[in-house]
Amino acid sequence: MATIPVRATPFDGIFRVARRSYRVVADVPSIPLLIVSILTFVAIFAPVLAPHGKLDPVKPTPAQCQAKFGMANCPYIDNVPPFWLSGGTFDTPLGTDFLGRDMLSRLMYGARISLVVALTGTLFAGALGTLLGVMAGYMGKWWDQIIMRVTDAWLTLPSLVFAILLSSVRGPGLWNVVLILALVFWSRYSRAVRGEVLALRERDFVRLAEINGVGKFTIMFRHLVPNVMNTVMVLFSLQVGVAVIIEASLSFLGVGVPPPEPSWGLMMAQERESLMEGRWWLAVFPGIGITMLVLSANMLGDWLRVRLDPQLRNR
Amino acid sequence: MSEPLLEVRDLKKHFPVGQSLFGRVQGWVKAVDGISFTIKRGETLGLVGESGCGKTTTSKLVLAAEEPTAGTIEFEGRSIAARDKKELMDYRSKVQVVFQDPYSSLSPRLRVGEIIGEPIKTHERLSRREVSARVEELLTMVGLRPDAARLFPHEFSGGQRQRLAIARALSTNARLIVLDEPVSALDVSIRAHVIGLLEEIQGRLGVSYLFIAHDLAAVSHLSQQTAVMYLGKLVEVADSLELTAAPLHPYTRALFAASLPSHPDERREEIVLTGEVPSALNPPSGCRFHPRCPFAMARCSEEEPPLVELSPGHRVACYLY
Amino acid sequence: MPPRLRVTDLRTHYFGFGGTRVVKAVDGVSFTLEAGETIGLVGESGCGKTTTCYSLVRLLPPGARILSGRIELEGEDLLTKSQAELREIRGRRIATILQDPMASLDPLFSIYDQVAEPAYYHRALRGQTLRRRVLELLTAVRIPSPERRMRDFPHQMSGGMRQRIVGAIAQAGGPQVIIADEPTTNLDVTIQLQYLNLLKELQRASGVALIFVTHNLGIVAKMCDKVAVMYAGKIVEMQSVRGLFYDPRHPYTRALLDSMPKLGTKEPLYAIPGQPPDLSALPPGCSFQPRCPHAMDRCRHQEPEEQPVGNGAIAKCWLSVPEVARE
Repeated sequence: MATIPVRATPFDGIFRVARRSYRVVADVPSIPLLIVSILTFVAIFAPVLAPHGKLDPVKPTPAQCQAKFGMANCPYIDNVPPFWLSGGTFDTPLGTDFLGRDMLSRLMYGARISLVVALTGTLFAGALGTLLGVMAGYMGKWWDQIIMRVTDAWLTLPSLVFAILLSSVRGPGLWNVVLILALVFWSRYSRAVRGEVLALRERDFVRLAEINGVGKFTIMFRHLVPNVMNTVMVLFSLQVGVAVIIEASLSFLGVGVPPPEPSWGLMMAQERESLMEGRWWLAVFPGIGITMLVLSANMLGDWLRVRLDPQLRNR
Repeated sequence: MSEPLLEVRDLKKHFPVGQSLFGRVQGWVKAVDGISFTIKRGETLGLVGESGCGKTTTSKLVLAAEEPTAGTIEFEGRSIAARDKKELMDYRSKVQVVFQDPYSSLSPRLRVGEIIGEPIKTHERLSRREVSARVEELLTMVGLRPDAARLFPHEFSGGQRQRLAIARALSTNARLIVLDEPVSALDVSIRAHVIGLLEEIQGRLGVSYLFIAHDLAAVSHLSQQTAVMYLGKLVEVADSLELTAAPLHPYTRALFAASLPSHPDERREEIVLTGEVPSALNPPSGCRFHPRCPFAMARCSEEEPPLVELSPGHRVACYLY
Repeated sequence: MPPRLRVTDLRTHYFGFGGTRVVKAVDGVSFTLEAGETIGLVGESGCGKTTTCYSLVRLLPPGARILSGRIELEGEDLLTKSQAELREIRGRRIATILQDPMASLDPLFSIYDQVAEPAYYHRALRGQTLRRRVLELLTAVRIPSPERRMRDFPHQMSGGMRQRIVGAIAQAGGPQVIIADEPTTNLDVTIQLQYLNLLKELQRASGVALIFVTHNLGIVAKMCDKVAVMYAGKIVEMQSVRGLFYDPRHPYTRALLDSMPKLGTKEPLYAIPGQPPDLSALPPGCSFQPRCPHAMDRCRHQEPEEQPVGNGAIAKCWLSVPEVARE
C-alpha cells in the first residue's frame, strides 16, 4: 500500500494561537499591568493631561496672594498642601513645591523621565550585552575569554557606586544617565545570554546550519539571537525596575537628571527638609510613584519569566 | 543507475585524548578505524551498530563536518580533501542530513518556510519569489500543504517535523542524504509514514541515502545494502535480504538474535552477548569482537581478520570463514 | 483469592488553564493482573498508558485528578488510602522502573545507598543483613564484582548497568507489582536483550506481577502474557499475547501490526492515516473512527462498548458485535 500523504492543517494553528492569546491575556497579573499602563499613558500624554506646566510656578489668584502674603500680587505660592488638607485647593490637587510648581503636573512629567530613561537605558544595555554574550558563547576561544573576563570584572563593580563614578566623568544630564545605565548593566545580559548560547550551540538546528556551510555571523543573527530573546525579555523586564531606582538615586544625589527637570528622585532630594518640617507630601508622592512603578515592573517581569519557561507553565 | 556516488576508502578518525601541556598525547580514541564502503546512485546503504561503534563519527566525516585522520572520501569521482572552499560548498549542497530529534533540528523561532529555504539561500542566488516557489514545491513533495510555510515548527507534530527536515534536506537537490536515526524518535504508526515517504522520494528523485540506525528491521527494509559496524570497524557488509536470511559474522548474528520478534512464536537463534562494549580508547587485540564472541578461537586474539569478499557483494571479517 | 492487581473503570483527567481545558488522559480503563503474570500496555504517545501507571501509584502531576474507579491491590482499594499509607505501599508493594536511568538515580549517592534505601525503609533491614541483601540484589541483576561496584556512583556506570541497578532498587522492597515504563528505549539492542531476559528471570524467581508499558509490539511479543492496547485513553483491545498477534480484533491493533517493519521482507508498510487524537477534543462515537479503514456509520455516532471476544479477551469495536457487523 502506497503512502498516504498526511496533510498539516494550518487552520488548527490559527485557532490554537487565538485560543492561546486569550488565555495569555486572562492570565496576566492585572493590577501591575494596570499600574504600568496608567503610568505609561500618563507619561506619553503628560503635556495634554497635566493641569499646569512642569517648570513654571502656578500663577496664583489675588485671593491666594492676599491670604498668604497680604499682598495683591505675588509671583508664586510655595508649599500649598494637597486639596484635602486645610489651605489646599483643587487647582493644585497635590499641592505645590518650594518654588510654587504644581506637584501633580511635575509628577506626570516625572513619569516620562523615569520611564524614558529606564526603558532606553535598559534597552541599550540589553542590546550590547546580548550581542557580546552571543559572540562569546558561539565564537568561543579568545572571544569568550576576553568578553567573559571583562564581564566578570564589570559585574563585581557595585552598580550605584559605578554609576556615580561615571556621572562624575560625564556630568549630569538625561542622556548621560541613559548612557550610564547602558554601561553599568550590559554585563548582566552577556553572562546569561552566553550560558544559553552554549547550550543552543549544540542543538541540531545549529549544527545543521554549520554543516550547510552557513556563515558564522548569519548563524548568530538568524538562529541564536531570536532563540535567546526569551531570556533577554525576562531580564529586561526585571532590570527596568532597577534602572528606575538607579536613575532616581543618581538624581537624588544630584548627579543624574539636573534641575529643574522633574525627575522623581530629584524631587525627593529637593524636599528632604520639607519632610522633616511636616510637609510630607512633597517627598512622599514621588516616592510612591517610584515604588509603584518598580513593584509593578518586577511583578510583570516575574510573571513573564514563569510564562516563558515551558516547565513552570502549567501550574 | 549503479554507478558509485560516494566511495569511502580506508577511512580513519582518531581523536586525541589527554593532551598535556606540551602537546604529548596520552592516547587515541579510534572512533573510526579503517572502513571502506560504496554508495551507488539511487540506492541506500544501511549502517547498523550500537552506541560507540563509530557510526555517528562516520556520518560527520561524510558530511565534511570533521576531517579524517586518514583515508579518502570520493564523491562523484573527486576526493573531498582535494576540494577548495567553493567546491566544498558545492559538496555541502549535494550532501545533506536529517537528524534524529525532530524537536531540536528545526530552529524554534524561524518560520518553516525560512528554515527550508536556508540551504537554498546559502548555496544559490535566487530571488525571493523563486525561493518561495521552491519551498512550496518541497512542502507538497513531502505531503504537507504549501501554505504551511508561514507556520512555526512548534505547530507541527513530530512526524510532520521530520517531513520538514526532509524537505530542507532536499531543497538544494542533494544527491546523497545522510539519515541519522530519522525515525527512532517517532511514534510507531508515524514511522511507517516517514519510511514510506523516504522510499517514494528515492524512487522519484533518485536520491541516495546513508541510513544510520540501530533498528535492524527498519534499516533492512529501506536499504539495498547493509553494513554492520563494531568499535570503529566494519564486520560485515551484504545485500540486506541476504544478510537477514543468513547473517555470517557472530556480531551480526547476535544483533539479529537480539532484535525483537515480530511474533510471540518466532524462533530466534539464542545468542546473548556477555559484557559491555569495550572502549574505543583501548580496543581489544586482534579481532575487536573476540572477548564477547561465543565462537572465539585462539587466532582471534592475535591477529585482526581482514574484510574479505565471501560471495559477490558479501564481505565478512571473521576467521570462521 | 483476589487477583494481585485489579483496576476497574479508572478515569484520570487533566484540568488545565484554570479548568477550561479537560484532557481525558485515562477514560475508563480496567484490567486484572495475577501474580507472576506480565501485562503489556501498548499504545503511542498520548494514549494514556503512562498516566495509568502514575495513577496506580497516585503520583500524578498537579492538574491531574483521578475522577473515579477502583485500584485493588490484593483486594485493597488504593484510592481510599491516605498519603501516609500510600508511602508505605510505594516501593514496598508497588515499584517502578522508568525510562531514563539517569533520571531515576541520584547522582550524589552511591549505588549501595540507593539500592539499600527501599530495603532499609520498607523491610527494616540494617547492618550486615542489609549489606547481604544489597549484594544479593546486585548479583541477581548480574552486576559483575558487586562488592566493589556498590561503592561506585551512577556516572561511573554504563546505561545498561544503570538500568539494571534501577531494577535492583525496584526489587529491593520486595514488591508485588513492578511497573516498567519503556525501560529499554534508551538501551542498545544487545543490552536490551540482556535486560529483558533478566526481567523475566527476576519475575520467575519472585513471582512479581509486571506491567510493561511500551509502544513496541516486539517487546510485547517477547515479554508479555497478555496485552492491552490503548488508544485515546481507553483500552481498545485486550487479549492473550498469542491471541493478539494471530487474531487482532481491533482495526488499530491490526494497523499497528501492519506498520511494523519486519526482518526479511521489503513489503511496504501500512501507514495509518491521520493524526493521533487531541485528547481534549475527541471525535464523537469511537475515538479511532477518523482513521479507521473499516469505519461504519454507527462508529461515527456511537461509542462501542467492550465486547467479549472469547477466552476472556475484549475488543472495543462495532465489528466485534456480530449483529452490527452483519449490517
